[in-house]
Amino acid sequence: MGPTALDRFADAFLNPVVTARYLPAILKGVVVTIEVAAAVIVTGLALGLALAVLRSFRIRPLNVAIVVAVDILRALPPLVLILIVYFGLPNAGLTIPSFAVLWLVLSLVLAAFAEEIFWAGILSVRAGQWEAARSTGLGFGGTLAYVVLPQAIRIAVPPLTNRTIAITKNTALGSVIGVGEILNQATTAQSFSGNATPLTLGALAYLVLFIPVVALGRWIEHRFRWNRA
Amino acid sequence: MVELVTEFVLEARGLRKSFGGQEVLKGVDLAVRERELVFVIGPSGSGKSTLLRCCNRLEEPDGGHVLVGGVDLMARGTDINAMRRRVGMVFQSFNLYPHMTALGNVSLALRKVVGRPRRAAGEEALAALDRVGLAAKAASYPAQLSGGQQQRVAIARALALQPQIMLFDEPTSALDPELVGDVLRTMRELSASGMTMLVVSHEMRFARDAADRVVFMDGGAIVEEGTPAAIFGQPFAERTRAFLGELAR
Amino acid sequence: MSAFAAQFLDLSIMWQAAPLIRRGLGTTLLLCAIVIPLGLAGGLGVALLSLAPSRLVRWPLAVAVDVFRAVPPLVLLIFVYAGLPFAGLRPSPIEAVAIAFFLNTSSYYGEIFRAGLGSIGRGQSEAARSTGLTGAQTLAYVVLPQAVRNVLPDLMSNTVEAVKLTSLGSVVALPELLYSADMARSLTYNASPLILAGAIYLAILWPLVRLISRFENRPAGDTALG
Ligand SMILES: Nc1ncnc2c1ncn2[C@@H]1O[C@H](COP(=O)(O)OP(=O)(O)OP(=O)(O)O)[C@@H](O)[C@H]1O
Ligand SMILES: [Mg+2]
Repeated sequence: MGPTALDRFADAFLNPVVTARYLPAILKGVVVTIEVAAAVIVTGLALGLALAVLRSFRIRPLNVAIVVAVDILRALPPLVLILIVYFGLPNAGLTIPSFAVLWLVLSLVLAAFAEEIFWAGILSVRAGQWEAARSTGLGFGGTLAYVVLPQAIRIAVPPLTNRTIAITKNTALGSVIGVGEILNQATTAQSFSGNATPLTLGALAYLVLFIPVVALGRWIEHRFRWNRA
Repeated sequence: MVELVTEFVLEARGLRKSFGGQEVLKGVDLAVRERELVFVIGPSGSGKSTLLRCCNRLEEPDGGHVLVGGVDLMARGTDINAMRRRVGMVFQSFNLYPHMTALGNVSLALRKVVGRPRRAAGEEALAALDRVGLAAKAASYPAQLSGGQQQRVAIARALALQPQIMLFDEPTSALDPELVGDVLRTMRELSASGMTMLVVSHEMRFARDAADRVVFMDGGAIVEEGTPAAIFGQPFAERTRAFLGELAR
Repeated sequence: MSAFAAQFLDLSIMWQAAPLIRRGLGTTLLLCAIVIPLGLAGGLGVALLSLAPSRLVRWPLAVAVDVFRAVPPLVLLIFVYAGLPFAGLRPSPIEAVAIAFFLNTSSYYGEIFRAGLGSIGRGQSEAARSTGLTGAQTLAYVVLPQAVRNVLPDLMSNTVEAVKLTSLGSVVALPELLYSADMARSLTYNASPLILAGAIYLAILWPLVRLISRFENRPAGDTALG
């Protein structure tokens, strides 16, 4: 590649003028991405844990409903869900803003995966733990809250971290329905500027946001594996 | 391939091996004749396993030579995979393939290394299993076998390749005491049938009864060797006496 | 309530949309047939290379894997589809999907294979090598079958994700299942085609999802909540 070709390449993908012009928009997108991601993580994990606890009461019709809902949310591509909610609900008389659609759908999807992981954690706590706690006079709720859940959550942390990261990255799907997150800002800026630099900036923004999280997930996976061995 | 005329099936010459500055083999010479059963004893960490593993280059020696049937394993043109099938190896922890039946374990190398068709490989594998008394277990998976049976399947796996010599690294150490006898009996039959064997083991009774020669290793070198009667009767070296004394207590 | 049903469950509209959606399904299956084998092969390559003795191989690979796991797949896809033309390359939608999701899925499959290979003790390959099997044969017949079995639930669940991933092709106007359904939606002003597409995804993926749950919820011997 000659210097001119290299220059043209840099010009198209990391142009300083375009960068200066559109960086503020990208940064606005970063804020939106962080907001939606944080909201999804909080509601998704809380709902997932609540469903897993509900499931441990073993009320049959309720459990069937939970399992079916969770399976559907795990099997459907999130973009399908987003489009159904986004285009379907207004026509059925319900109007909600696009960021709320994104938050709602991703929260439900994360809740489904989290429920499955928490439940697997609860199942993996040995019977002896239940028996020991019950023998000291703790009730079902107390045993669950003080003895079983703390162990189950610990077991759930590594797979949950990775799953949470994967679903949080789906905030990028918001660009399809016009949520002003990073990807949306980047594609808009790209079409205005006729230059690929905004896409590069968008990708870099995701790297800055998520590389530490991915590294954290890897670290957690290792740590917890050693502790359990 | 240079083939030297030699009376030995296996010959190690000046084997050296270090692990990160620690010299584990300090120029070991050892030769095993056809049909001979040579026993290697010595304290933990003396380099017995390393010596054995160098004999089929599972461990890469830093210096020296290993000759099998006159072929230098360390020479450039030597096909190490072709030679390895001539050197059977039996491990302390069996290392059977858990996803294959006993027959599958024994026939894999027959098919993939020797190139036998599936059918012929199966027949030869079955014959090898029969020699260790386990033809009836051909269809069993390792998890369905006792430790002693697993180790005998491992012996059959090596035996099926018709090796010129078999190496045993503490073949009974991982077994419950009541299962040791079966494996030793199989080894004794193997030796009686003319198999050349190099055995690392702590089974001193077996060494006394079955070995042609006993080699005592310490600190990465051979300290002394001789007939079982000589080594167990009047050991020459102070270190051998100390080691055997420890064992006797 | 009937407005709801009319909006989501209109059978006549679904029937109308069926031919379009059927073609979309064909494209989705084609995408799966491209993305999954490519990802599996790439992932296995990544796992094997990550065992390389040289740091010059391992470190750049580890960085690349983390990068492709940190960037959302849709961002990767848009970057490939809308960005590469600025470098003089003009991938078709299907090529863009193949490239982007190869990078994404092989990073994930790679991590899974790596864990699987790591779960097999050294004794297995030593035993195999001692019988004269070559390194490649040892991998193919002894190590890999066990490794795959040990990480089968993870492989399956990543495969489910890969199938779901193909729906992003709709964003670059690749006429797969979701794109076709959404086109039918915009033509009919009715969300029922989307529901039909969802039902098709469910039919494909639900059995797999159930199977994965079965694997993951195998209770640890003696639990009270069996
Ligand atoms: N792969 C390795 N890396 C580093 N050190 C090693 C390795 N293998 C062996 N060693 C060291 O080499 C020395 C000799 O080991 P070796 O296994 O040959 O002894 P051994 O005589 O078989 O002992 P044991 O009776 O306990 O099996 C030991 O100090 C051991 O720690
Ligand atoms: Mg040893």
